[in-house]
Amino acid sequence: MSERLNVRKTYKLVIGGAFVRSESGRSYEVTGADGAFLANVARASRKDVRDAVRAAEGAQPRWAAQGAMLRGQVLYRFAEMAEARAGELADQVSRAEGVDGATARASVAGGIDRLVWYAGWADKVGQVLGGANDVAGPFFNFSVPVPVGVVGVVAPADSSFAGLVDALVAPLVTGNAVVVLASEHRPVPAVLLGEMTATSDLPAGLVNVLSGPLDELGPVLAAHEAVDGLDLTGARDPGALAALAADSITRVLHAGPPATPEGGLQRLRAFVDTTTVWHTVGA
Amino acid sequence: MSSEPKNHELASTGQVSRLGAMDYAPAPESTAAVRIADAYGLYIDGRFTDPERHESFATLNPATAAPLTRVARASAADVDAAVQAARRAFPAWSALAGSERAKYLFRISRIIQERARELAVLETLDNGKPIRETRDIDVPLAAGHFFYYAGWADKLAFAGFGAEPRPRGVVGQIIPWNFPLLMAAWKLAPALAAGNTCVLKPAETTPLTALALADILEQAELPAGVVNIVTGDGATGADLVDHPGIDKVAFTGSTEVGRQIQRRTAAQGLPLTLELGGKGANIVFDDAPLDEAIEGIIDGIFFNQGHVCCAGSRLLVHEGMADEVLRRLRRRVDQLRVGDPLDKNTDVGAINSAAQLARIEELVAAGEAEGATRYTSACPLPAAGYWFAPTVFTDVAPAHRIAREEIFGPVLSVMTFRTPEEAVAKANDTTYGLACGVWSEKGSRTLWVAQRLRAGVVWANAYNRFDPASPFGGVRESGFGREGGRHGLEAYLDV
Repeated sequence: MSERLNVRKTYKLVIGGAFVRSESGRSYEVTGADGAFLANVARASRKDVRDAVRAAEGAQPRWAAQGAMLRGQVLYRFAEMAEARAGELADQVSRAEGVDGATARASVAGGIDRLVWYAGWADKVGQVLGGANDVAGPFFNFSVPVPVGVVGVVAPADSSFAGLVDALVAPLVTGNAVVVLASEHRPVPAVLLGEMTATSDLPAGLVNVLSGPLDELGPVLAAHEAVDGLDLTGARDPGALAALAADSITRVLHAGPPATPEGGLQRLRAFVDTTTVWHTVGA
Repeated sequence: MSSEPKNHELASTGQVSRLGAMDYAPAPESTAAVRIADAYGLYIDGRFTDPERHESFATLNPATAAPLTRVARASAADVDAAVQAARRAFPAWSALAGSERAKYLFRISRIIQERARELAVLETLDNGKPIRETRDIDVPLAAGHFFYYAGWADKLAFAGFGAEPRPRGVVGQIIPWNFPLLMAAWKLAPALAAGNTCVLKPAETTPLTALALADILEQAELPAGVVNIVTGDGATGADLVDHPGIDKVAFTGSTEVGRQIQRRTAAQGLPLTLELGGKGANIVFDDAPLDEAIEGIIDGIFFNQGHVCCAGSRLLVHEGMADEVLRRLRRRVDQLRVGDPLDKNTDVGAINSAAQLARIEELVAAGEAEGATRYTSACPLPAAGYWFAPTVFTDVAPAHRIAREEIFGPVLSVMTFRTPEEAVAKANDTTYGLACGVWSEKGSRTLWVAQRLRAGVVWANAYNRFDPASPFGGVRESGFGREGGRHGLEAYLDV
């Protein structure tokens, strides 16, 4: 008997909770670190970026309005889904990054642990970043962190899973929606992660994943008026994208901290604003 | 104030009122406490120096349009000298024990209090804002900010930015003309507490209190180079932003200039905080405490001639209340005393500059042309100087320029709503997001609205309240970063 021919997966974009080919109909060939053919991955267009931003804009307010603990539980569910498919992720990380199986498994495990770490932050970040302010006069004055809105993420080029998880999940914790430009030459783990959002109770449109040429997609994402935050960790020329982001006073994280708890709260802080409420006190 | 003078004395000062029983005699604050030099140099490395090119420009009293003095225009070389001085001062200042830095800041706070009258008069002369405001708000808050951040200088490890937070280095700070001394305090106090050294550029039209502050820093014996003050126009600001020796930029001003600065600093990924424009909504529900709300609306838009980034320049009033609110609002607008900023009874002072007056006039003309209904106080305005009478527009549509663009003057645009959802939607229908007011006696509704407003500050049954402990700053195109409170330290720490 000959060996069974495997069923290959078509790697698509994740936009608005749907798995779609690029509206342009284009794709590009992705190879592993060893140069062997991996897949024909959808090649997102400028319009796909705009559609993804619109989907994120639509999904964000409800996500932000949900209870913080519920957001944490949904993100923990996301980790559960990733854990269940850890083998598949490790296999793809190994092929994409050209690392051995043990290294890839450790990288995936680290990313999943990071996801769990962030899930636990959802209902604590308000206490740590906010608080009551002792002002003069008859006021109860308090500050709360609020999401900036839609965060565009240029995923790290080299760390196809662990680095991606950090950049993608941090904005979600505080109530933002994200549009991720996957590592251009190693997009498969990002697309897999995007697939997992469908089974994680993450609302459709909250996480959008696009694969394609960064030089073409990055400027569209950075300049988009509805993008309120930008993580440029994976950008080849972050300065140029950051300059485009200035048009709508977008918050920019030029290069994120290391994807470990020692990296601190920089990523969480990068994509929240603070709203301070002065509530009058009187009988 | 109307055009019916009650007696010659009042008529001659422009302080007249149709409420005869409430006429006030002129009560000008003495200018004896203030000595203005014939010319000012740049404050670099602990002393006043002549600018490299010996260029200067006049700063005016906007209430008379007469020049007060001349100040130096810093060139790129002067900015470089200031940055170098700050660079040299940084190692020692940042290595100084926090408790010692604290004592310098406490000293500065105390000297501001000691010289409060002088500073208030000087600010009123240079800016045009009423002495009542400089005396009761600008100067005490400036002293308060130094006092507040002095206390942080030796407690940074407890601020939530790590066990050993480090300063950024040399910070470039550019401040606006609407609260000159207060903005200098907002910028310098947290930066110094965190161990940074500073190059501050005051606004072109209001440099004098920053220069007086330099004298205060001298009296406090702040080490040379820790704070450097360079006067000039936008070109000087650009030189400062572009200087490679700057580790962080903090800017307060218009959204348009903020955009330019964000673009200029993008390539280096320079840490940046921006406090920009606004189009604040003051939302009055049908259960609002009406007396307080009327005062809050007045204060929200006419405080500081409306030269306030967080001004409540859009009034959103519940449809059922609109007639009553507008009737009382017009009556209150008529009572506003516009005139000599040094008079202790003046409510609304001079517009800060001819350029700002032209901008206000242009937008008001656009409001009329687009079909809004204008009501302007009939108060007499002084002949010399820059003035604009308090103005309220009704029949304003959300698409009108006066509903969308920041006027930065004493001009209110009134719109109505029926439901809380509509109020929130209209309040958020702007690219800005600095501040909003909510007027209602129903706490649950106030907090419901506050949760949905896209704004950095929400005042409930209040407006335009500021405190050193309260974080201030915008969302969306009103900028990013916070000033005041624990949050205000983040901009000046390498976190």
